[in-house]
Amino acid sequence: MNTPFAIPDNPDSACRPPSTKDFLVDRAFRALARIGVVLILALVVALVFEVGRKALPGMEKHGFDVLFGTVWDVNQGKYGILPAIWGTLYSALIALLIAGFFGVSMAIFLTQDFLPAKLAAVFRTIVELLAAIPSVVYGLWGIYVVIPAIRPLTAWLNSELGWIPFFGSSLSGPGLLPAALVLAIMILPTIAAVSQDALTSVPMKTKQAAYGMGTTHWEAILKVMVPAAATGIFGSLVLGLGRALGETMALAMLVGNANTITLSLFAPANTLAALLALNFPEAGPNEVEVLMYAALVLMFITLLVNVLGSMIMLYAQRGNK
Amino acid sequence: MIRLMKSAALAVAVSLSATSATFAAENVRLTGSGASFPAPIYLTWFKDFSKNTAGVTVDYQSKGSGAGVQDFLNKTVDFAASDSAMKDEDIAKVGEGVQMLPMTAGEIVLAYNLPGNPKGLKLSREVYSNIFLGKVTQWNDPQIVAANPDLKLPATPITVVVRADSSGTTAVFTKHLSAINPAFKEALGEGNTVNWPATDKFIKSPKNDGVTATVRQTPGAIGYIEYGFAKLAKVDFAQLENKAGKYVVPNAESGAEALAAVKMPESLVAWLPDPDGAKSYPITSYTWMLFRKDNGNPAKAKAMREMVEYSLTKGQQIADSMGYIPLPPSVVEQVRKASANIQ
Amino acid sequence: MTDLSSPTAAVPSLQRRFEGRALRSLSLTTLVWCTAFLASVPLISVLYMLIMRGGARLSLEVFTELPPTGFEMGGGFGNAMAGTFVMVGIAAAIAVPVGILAAVFLAELGPESKLANASRFAARMLTGLPSILAGVFAYALVVMTTGTYSAPAGGVALAVLMLPIVVLTAEEAMKMVPKIMKDAAYGMGCTRAQVIWKIVLPTGLPAILTGVMLAVARAAGETAPLLFTALFSNYWIYHDGSLAVMNPTASLAVLIYNFSGMPFDNQLELAWAASLVLVMIVLVVNVVSRIFGKPKY
Repeated sequence: MNTPFAIPDNPDSACRPPSTKDFLVDRAFRALARIGVVLILALVVALVFEVGRKALPGMEKHGFDVLFGTVWDVNQGKYGILPAIWGTLYSALIALLIAGFFGVSMAIFLTQDFLPAKLAAVFRTIVELLAAIPSVVYGLWGIYVVIPAIRPLTAWLNSELGWIPFFGSSLSGPGLLPAALVLAIMILPTIAAVSQDALTSVPMKTKQAAYGMGTTHWEAILKVMVPAAATGIFGSLVLGLGRALGETMALAMLVGNANTITLSLFAPANTLAALLALNFPEAGPNEVEVLMYAALVLMFITLLVNVLGSMIMLYAQRGNK
Repeated sequence: MIRLMKSAALAVAVSLSATSATFAAENVRLTGSGASFPAPIYLTWFKDFSKNTAGVTVDYQSKGSGAGVQDFLNKTVDFAASDSAMKDEDIAKVGEGVQMLPMTAGEIVLAYNLPGNPKGLKLSREVYSNIFLGKVTQWNDPQIVAANPDLKLPATPITVVVRADSSGTTAVFTKHLSAINPAFKEALGEGNTVNWPATDKFIKSPKNDGVTATVRQTPGAIGYIEYGFAKLAKVDFAQLENKAGKYVVPNAESGAEALAAVKMPESLVAWLPDPDGAKSYPITSYTWMLFRKDNGNPAKAKAMREMVEYSLTKGQQIADSMGYIPLPPSVVEQVRKASANIQ
Repeated sequence: MTDLSSPTAAVPSLQRRFEGRALRSLSLTTLVWCTAFLASVPLISVLYMLIMRGGARLSLEVFTELPPTGFEMGGGFGNAMAGTFVMVGIAAAIAVPVGILAAVFLAELGPESKLANASRFAARMLTGLPSILAGVFAYALVVMTTGTYSAPAGGVALAVLMLPIVVLTAEEAMKMVPKIMKDAAYGMGCTRAQVIWKIVLPTGLPAILTGVMLAVARAAGETAPLLFTALFSNYWIYHDGSLAVMNPTASLAVLIYNFSGMPFDNQLELAWAASLVLVMIVLVVNVVSRIFGKPKY
């Protein structure tokens, strides 16, 4: 990590005072970067405006009934998305818990000398590839592999431990648990890949210093490496959660799309993104208004979850110091 | 990184500079979008038609009847396809005028999954409408047993699989159920989506393949899918009791009987919620293509008329093998006459 | 890697391995092995299903032929591959430069500024955007203005989905560049642009590439936005001697969506083969970018 600073006779070397041209380039580059940031803001404003413009008539007509209604009946003009909100949060949370645990463990496993570097690199590429598998494939895999595989276990849990609300109904086929499991697999690559980068970016010296103080391998990982990479790992969870909240096709195939609010993991449920994707192509003007309203709600949930996450992050950092 | 950005930028530059050249070519390129139910046969027609017609290529993408009509209104496609024709208020929005042409027809079947895969399950009007109302819930219900004395029906609950996406198939199916069962009309009504009973024995799955896969994977399941799909996917489907009280197997003949039972009006939009005739299959429906009367482009209009003509002649011949019902000859004549309006 | 980092270095003798801290370390090691194994099972199961079903149909023909219809046998998805390349290329050409520039601002130029905080939240909000909304947005922005479905419209929709992934991962990547390296450069009188170009970007490159790869992978597999922007075509994008970008354009994702919903065995097989090819393309891009993106110092 020292060669770039040690070539004094190179005309391109940075080891000289900046010229006027350098200053101009610097100015221009910084302006460009600022434009990049402004573009992102503009994009989100335009998106919210576009969605909001279409949602406005629906919001005026139905107000908060949409948020707290539990019935979606186009014929009667009843549009309630509470079950979908519940299902979105519930499935994303379960998926995040599973994928967060496995993803971060995987990142530790692949970066902290448990495997030879070459093998770890191969493993890592495979995990990243999974991000490219189309949703439809995950959906089919869920129907043909996951549901039959978990069916015996869920039947046993329901009959033996049915008094626990989580196991309160039998699994007919599609339901919350298969959807959350497949969702977890889908966001695992994102979490694992970004966490790995965060862990590898921690300077070697930090780890060496920890060992120098006589820590065990795991004390170094848990007390030094993971906290040092915390913002990166947190970032990976944010990305994963975002994907989980917005995922459409695989969920539509697996969640059962029933407007029920239940704690049971085996009951069919619904999610906002699935509701949107399944109803939009055939929606009439009245329905589009409400679907756009639902889209705004989903965007707001994403924002809220992020704000909450950042607050927890800040609080945790303060606690460490 | 820079290399990557540069090559990407180059790709854009090349592609954009080529755009202008596209329109100079003498080719007519037609784009359509809409209903997913007739998509397999439309794609077959259009590919064969494009191959045999110099200078014309036709593209069609299924994305749902509603989205197709929306595209048609926004003028992002040359023609659209819809299972539910087009609403009057939407027609009024098209200044150029709308010509709706029925192009083919299909049936909806009830696919089931029972242990031992017994064939030839018979369902009475009473029973199948009540299954989808959530009132008949066990496979060994006396009413089902009475109609099927030869079958061994298990004491398993009926898992009902319905479409999760809003679709024309659901509209046709619920239109029929509403016509034969007043309680169904009262409770659920008809539409692209309806509020199915909220129990954990009603499962929603997207599209024909989703319903088919879920029925296959769930013992004791029943679901409604399109005949063409069921026939090719080789699932078991039930014989349904029609208006005349006869049990009818869904196929091209029973569908043709149903079509023949209703006279096609001048508007070319006919519904058959509950057709007469002893041999008619009860759930049968037309599907339409939508054209503008005034396209402002003679070459495109001519290509579209040729496309319709192909569909009415060579196209109808393959309908049966693909699981669709050929149009009755009288309807073909009516459609041919009306297609002259596409200018 | 030095001896320092191996577990045995911290556990001097065998006797102590089953006591206290060492025992804890051992049990955690067992746990992480089990976790990795458990996580691998579904991953391998998905890949196995994909390779078994998709590999069976893979041949040279599928890369050169046009999609079949109805009962037609054979056929392929060459035009869909070409379309996916063009549209993901356009999307990357938009999202990668904008995303990295924005990330430079977020990580280096004004990390605590109001503008940065606002757009950081904006980017995080975009991660949860249902893909269909990106399609609806690009439909209103590009398709309605140009009056036709087109490859650029598809590219714009995909760029919206790629952007937040690129921004957030690139920001993290740049933040991880040790401060002393930057300080050293500043100490030599470098301008900020020079520090960013010569120190921050090259050092953070591997992690930035991870983000770009994840974004490309996501974009390549997305269906809903393309249905609303690029539609599909059964013909080549290169048509009668010209590149027909301002026409409906085929893509692998929409082809998979179309074919997986059909009852014809030939199309179903092709859908699986196309899924496998999609993953292979991402694999190739991934490996190539890793070779180019290797840290130089």
